[in-house]
Amino acid sequence: MKQKILIADDSEMNRSILADMLEEEYDILEAEDGVEAIGILQKYETSISLLLLDIVMPNMDGFEVLVMMNKHKWIENIPVIMISSESAPAHVERAYGLGIVDFISRPFDALIVHRRVVNTILLYAKQKKLVGLVADQMYQKERQAGMMVDILGHIVEFRNGESGQHVLHIRTLTELLLEYMIHQDVGHGLTDLDIALISTASALHDIGKIVIPDEVLNKPGRLTQEEFAIMKNHTLVGAKMLDDLPFYQDEPLIRTAYEICRWHHERYDGRGYPDGLKGDEIPLSAQIVALADVYDALTSERVYKKAFSHEKAIHMILNGECGQFNPVLLQCLTDIAGTLEKEMHNSSKNAQRHIDKREMRNVAEEMFHREELTASERTLQLLEHERMKYSFFADMSEEVQFEYTVSPPMVMLFALGAKKLGLNEIILDPLRDEKVQAMSGGEGYGTLSDALRSTTPEQPIVKHDQEIWIDGEKRWMRIIARAMWSQEEPPRYTGTIGKVIDIHDERVRLDTLRQMASHDPLTGLFNRRYAEGRIKERLASRPDGRFALVIFDLDHFKQANDNYGHMFGDQVLGFMAEKLRQSIRGGDIPARVGGDEFLIFLEYKLDVETVIQRIFDSLIGQYEDFKISVSMGVAKTKDIGTDYDTLFHAADQALYTVKRSGRGRYCFYDESMRDMLSVISSIDNGGESDNDKESANGAAGKEGEQ
Amino acid sequence: MTLKECYGAIEGDYEGVIGRLRTERMVQKFVLKFLNDKSYELLVKSLDEGNYEEAFRASHTIKGVCQNLSFTKLYESSHRLTEALRAGYSAEVDGLFSQVKGDYQQTITAIQELQESVS
Repeated sequence: MKQKILIADDSEMNRSILADMLEEEYDILEAEDGVEAIGILQKYETSISLLLLDIVMPNMDGFEVLVMMNKHKWIENIPVIMISSESAPAHVERAYGLGIVDFISRPFDALIVHRRVVNTILLYAKQKKLVGLVADQMYQKERQAGMMVDILGHIVEFRNGESGQHVLHIRTLTELLLEYMIHQDVGHGLTDLDIALISTASALHDIGKIVIPDEVLNKPGRLTQEEFAIMKNHTLVGAKMLDDLPFYQDEPLIRTAYEICRWHHERYDGRGYPDGLKGDEIPLSAQIVALADVYDALTSERVYKKAFSHEKAIHMILNGECGQFNPVLLQCLTDIAGTLEKEMHNSSKNAQRHIDKREMRNVAEEMFHREELTASERTLQLLEHERMKYSFFADMSEEVQFEYTVSPPMVMLFALGAKKLGLNEIILDPLRDEKVQAMSGGEGYGTLSDALRSTTPEQPIVKHDQEIWIDGEKRWMRIIARAMWSQEEPPRYTGTIGKVIDIHDERVRLDTLRQMASHDPLTGLFNRRYAEGRIKERLASRPDGRFALVIFDLDHFKQANDNYGHMFGDQVLGFMAEKLRQSIRGGDIPARVGGDEFLIFLEYKLDVETVIQRIFDSLIGQYEDFKISVSMGVAKTKDIGTDYDTLFHAADQALYTVKRSGRGRYCFYDESMRDMLSVISSIDNGGESDNDKESANGAAGKEGEQ
Repeated sequence: MTLKECYGAIEGDYEGVIGRLRTERMVQKFVLKFLNDKSYELLVKSLDEGNYEEAFRASHTIKGVCQNLSFTKLYESSHRLTEALRAGYSAEVDGLFSQVKGDYQQTITAIQELQESVS
C-alpha cells in the first residue's frame, strides 16, 4: 500500500500541481481548508505520512491546523511541511515553533518539493525505528550491567553458602523503601535516578567478606570477640577495594557502593561499626541498605540461626533488637510492611523486576522528545496538562461537557460525553453537522445560540432546557453553558463551554405533578381551583375586557347514572368534555367544576349572545341512548364587574333560574335573579344544593354529598 | 501558439517555470487549468460585496498560483493587491485591482489562444 500524503491548500490549482508531482509514489488526500484537513487527520490519524500545509485558507488557517495538531499530539507523528508565499520571518518562525519540519516558499521547484517530501517521510520512518533500536540497546546494556553487579555480589554469598537470594532481596527491599520515601516526600531530594543507583550498589554491600576466612564466615556457633573483630573488618575491606579501583573513581555508582560497603553496619545511635557514625552522619544509602540487610538476615535461614517470620522480624527491628535505625526509615518500613512479604517473594522469581522492557522504551522516547523541547512546546505541554485535568474531571462527573469555538466552528466533547451522545470528540461545523442537527429533532439550536450571544461578559451563564434525541429516544436535557467573551473592547463572542445534564426523568415527574395539580383526571379539563386562578389572572390583567363566565350542567344526568351505571356516566362526561373543547376558542378557559357541572370563561368582542348561542347549540346532542341537553347560566363582567366570586355566583344564580324554569336553555344574569339560590354548593358561599343535583361521578365531583 | 509564445504574451518567465516544474507537458497542463480557476471571480465578487477578508484570500490565491506558474506580471500586480488588502480596504485597492483586472485579461486571452492552437 502506498503511503498517504495530505495536501491542504484552498487553491485547487496549487493542490493539483503538488498532487501531480507526488501521486506516482504516494496516495494523495486533498483538503481545501483547515477544517477539512482536521477532519481528514481525525479520520486517518497516523496512517497519514506527511502533511503539506498552506497558511492562508478560509474557515481555519494553517496555523490553527497546527495548534489542533499539537493539541491532539498528531504533530509528534505526522511531519508537516508548510508551503506558502507568506515568507515573512515572523510567519516562518511561528510555523517552526508549532512543530513543522520544513518550510517551502513559493514559487517552488518541483524537484525540491519532491525530494523534501521523500526525505522527510524517510527520516520519520528512520526516527521511529531508531527510537525502538536505542530502547532495545539501552535495555540490553542495562540488563547486562545489572547482571554483572549481581554476579559480583553473589560470589561473596556463594562462599557464604547462601542461596544467592540475599543480594536480590536487599536490592528489592532497598528499592521499595526508596520508592516509598520519594512517594511520602521524606527522601531529602532523592530522585528516580538515585533509586537505580542505590539499589544497584546495594548488591555490593558485602564484597569485603571475600577476605574473611571460611572458619569465621561460616562458623555455626557464636563468634568470639576476636573472630567478630575480623568479621567486622569486611566493611572497611569492601570500602578499600572500591577505593583502590584504578578506574571509575568518580562514578556515582562507585561512590555510592563505597558508602554502603563501609557504613551498612553503622547504627543511628552511633553504636554500630566500623566508624561509630551517628544519626545523619551515616549516608542515607547506607542507612537504607543496613535496614534491608537486617530484615533479610532475620527472615532468612543462616548457619547460626533459623528464619524468623515476617511479622517477628518487623517486630524485632522496631523493638531495637538489631540496633537503632532512623525513625523516618522505621516508619517507612512499618508503612510498607503489609506489601513487603509479597514483593520480596516476587523478587526471587523475577530478578529483573526493576527493568521493564516497556518502561525502557518509554525512557528512550522520553529522552528523544525532551531534547526537542522548546519554549512554545512547554506552553503546549502545560495546555495538555490542563486538558488532561479537565478531561479527567469531565469523565469522573459523568456529565457531558463540551467546548465550542466560533472560529473555527467546532465542538469538542470529552471522551465519555462523546460516547454517551454517539458523536465524535471533535465535530467540525456543528451547526451544519447532520448528526448534531438530527439530535435536536429539527428544532435546531437557535434559541440556545441566541441566548448565549445575548449574554454579557459580566453575566455569561445560560441555562437552557431542550429535548434531544439520543438512541432513538427523545429526552429533556438541561444545557448549562458559559459564553466566552474576548478581552478586547468591545468584547467578542468567541465560544462556549458547558455541560449537558439529563433532566428527563425529573422533568417528566414534574410535568405529571403539574398536570395532576391543575387538571381533572376524568375529563382532562382544568379543575375548578386551577381555572379560578387563571380566570382571576385574566380579570386582573385586563379589567376593561369583555368577559363572560358560563356555568352549565347536564339535564337529567342522574338518569344516565341510574339507568346505565356510573361507568356510562363517566363516559358521558368525557364525551361532554370533548364537545366542550371543540366548541370553544383557543383563549377560552374550560373547566369541570363539579359532578356534571362545567365552566367556560370567555372573552367576546361585540355580540356575546351569538357566541353563547353557538356554544349552547354545539353542546346538545346524543351519546348512545342518552339524549344530551344542557342548562346554562351566563354572567358578564360588563354587568357584574370583575370580582371572580361575584361573577361565579351570578352565573350560578342564572343557571338556577334556568333549571327552575324547565331546563334545556341558557340565560344571562340580571337583577331579577338577585335572590335566587345557587345550583352549585360552592365553597365560597356554602349555599344549598338543588335537590335535583346528582353527582357521584369523578374525582372532581362532590362525592359523599348525597 | 506555442507555450513559449504564450508566456511571452502573458509576460511570464518561461525559462523559470520550466526550470522549476521540469516538463513542458506539465506546465502546459496547469497553464490550461488556469482557465478554470475560480479565484478571480471570487475576488471580483467579494470586492463587490465589500467582503475584504475574502477578497484578501482570493487575491492571495491568485498570487500563489501565478507565482507557481511564473506568470510574472499578474503575480506582481496581485501581490501588491494582496498586501493592500491584508489590512482591509484602503483607497489604493481600487487602482491596484484595475491593474490586476487588466493583467488577468491579458493572461486569460493568451491562454485561450494557446488552448485553441493545441486542441
